[in-house]
Amino acid sequence: MGINKRLTRLTLATIGAFALSSTIALADADDNELVIEGAKMTTMVEGAKDGPLDEVYSGWRFRSEETQALETDDFDNPAFSAVDRGKELWTTVTGSKGKSCSSCHDKAEDTMKGVRASMPKWDKDLGKPITLEQQINECRTDRLGAEKIKFDHADMLAMTSYIGLQSRGMPVNIDTSGPMTEWAEKGKKIYYTRVGQLDMSCANCHEDNYGKRIRADHLSQGQINGFPTYRLKWNGLGSVHRRFKGCMKNIRAKPFKVGSDEFVALELYVASRGQGLSVETPAVRN
Amino acid sequence: MKKSFVIAFAAAGAVLLGATYSQAGSHSNTVSPEMAMIKDGTFEKSLTGGAGDAEKGKKTFANRKLGNCLACHANKDLASQPFHGEVGPSLDGVAGRYEEKQLRAIMINSKSVLGEATIMPSFYRLENGIRTMKKFKGKTILNAEQVEDVIAYLKTLK
Ligand code: HEC
Ligand code: HEC
Ligand code: HEC
Repeated sequence: MGINKRLTRLTLATIGAFALSSTIALADADDNELVIEGAKMTTMVEGAKDGPLDEVYSGWRFRSEETQALETDDFDNPAFSAVDRGKELWTTVTGSKGKSCSSCHDKAEDTMKGVRASMPKWDKDLGKPITLEQQINECRTDRLGAEKIKFDHADMLAMTSYIGLQSRGMPVNIDTSGPMTEWAEKGKKIYYTRVGQLDMSCANCHEDNYGKRIRADHLSQGQINGFPTYRLKWNGLGSVHRRFKGCMKNIRAKPFKVGSDEFVALELYVASRGQGLSVETPAVRN
Repeated sequence: MKKSFVIAFAAAGAVLLGATYSQAGSHSNTVSPEMAMIKDGTFEKSLTGGAGDAEKGKKTFANRKLGNCLACHANKDLASQPFHGEVGPSLDGVAGRYEEKQLRAIMINSKSVLGEATIMPSFYRLENGIRTMKKFKGKTILNAEQVEDVIAYLKTLK
């Protein structure tokens, strides 16, 4: 037993030393500056004093230079065919009421500025926070007389990327006060709960180990300031909830449903962890 | 160590005795995950009753659907495989840092040796995260034989 105790202590000392050195090497984001079409983006901000992160980084800072470059020029950014489609849909009459989005919202460049930066937002009528997709669906069903579409339907992604673009460069500005607090807390609980057979929480990868390689992938903080994001692996755009789903599946956990209260709460909480970062929609990731 | 094993065994209750001899694995005296309880950061007895196969262990170690150890650990012995992770320490020379019974404990239940906060999965434990996908429910990540094979392989990393 004596020998064993000693070995255990030795082991713990080794791990202790490792943990220490890994903290120092942690913030392994690169120093590149993101300038999109001449506009400088904020890809790092100091974290809030009582917050979980000392430094808040955009996922862009962890991508390879080739992937990074795709986001700096709208001509190279593969998401822009969807953005163009969104612009078209904005003025296209759909649904039973003979209206288009522009009938009520006029020019998206004016009326949609800043909207993406503060989504999810409190919906008084529903008495809960809603995501951008849910707001669009609400307008589609209640105001256009059109049917709901899925978060990752091509027309939805066209619209969320087009609306999101109107906030590009603006700081993420999520309101977690009042009735939102309870939802943010709910999201936080999900963020720190270990799930799946591999037994990990979002924080295990995106808070404790960002900056390190997990196999070929460079772990970021899992921020959502660039969504919907064009993912090279998807060969297309995807919603925040689609990304959440993928991360849960990878650790062999049953994902929550797209648009579920759980994912809305998680989105709200994750968005609040990125306060101050520039909206990069539509971002490019691998 | 014998004594603590006996205690662990007794604590689990005689009702579970049958569970010690799981149908999984080809050996008749396979230790079930319920019975594989770590004491003082060690687990002495082979889970299969026999020695593992290091060559097979090397494959299990690298296989993305099995050990996927390279996701988090670098290992010079597998330099031919691309992309070694950095989340955990390099496993070069790990055989010199740990005894077999400690490696077994780390494999069975990483949390019991490396601490509750570790990101490393527990490869032979049933109490994992909530919402585990149906097809992985009630299953360990590796079976007893695969765990012993990986241990045999780790022992070659001198
Ligand atoms: C009949 C008028 C009408 C039409 C047509 C309409 N909306 Fe709306 N929309 C509204 C109103 C009113 C609100 C404010 C709702 C609220 O605050 O509860 C709103 C809110 C929004 C918001 C949230 C804005 C913010 O500041 O948070 C978005 C995004 C939005 N609409 C998108 C769309 C899209 C996309 C379309 C077309 C598919 C559309 N709307 C069509 C009336 C309309
Ligand atoms: C096993 C580690 C792991 C876990 C656990 C994990 N993720 Fe991820 N996640 C990744 C990897 C790898 C990527 C791709 C590289 C990167 O951006 O980190 C990623 C990417 C993301 C992104 C995209 C970031 C961007 O810049 O576009 C988001 C958002 C995200 N994860 C959220 C989550 C959430 C929420 C959870 C918990 C439900 C979670 N992840 C759990 C590994 C993980
Ligand atoms: C998700 C990441 C992850 C995976 C996958 C993983 N480990 Fe680990 N492992 C770690 C971390 C991190 C540590 C260091 C302890 C800590 O900080 O929690 C560690 C520590 C260890 C140690 C102790 C090493 C030392 O020098 O102290 C061994 C042995 C080990 N792992 C073996 C394995 C084997 C074998 C596999 C595959 C069957 C594996 N690990 C899979 C993350 C992982």
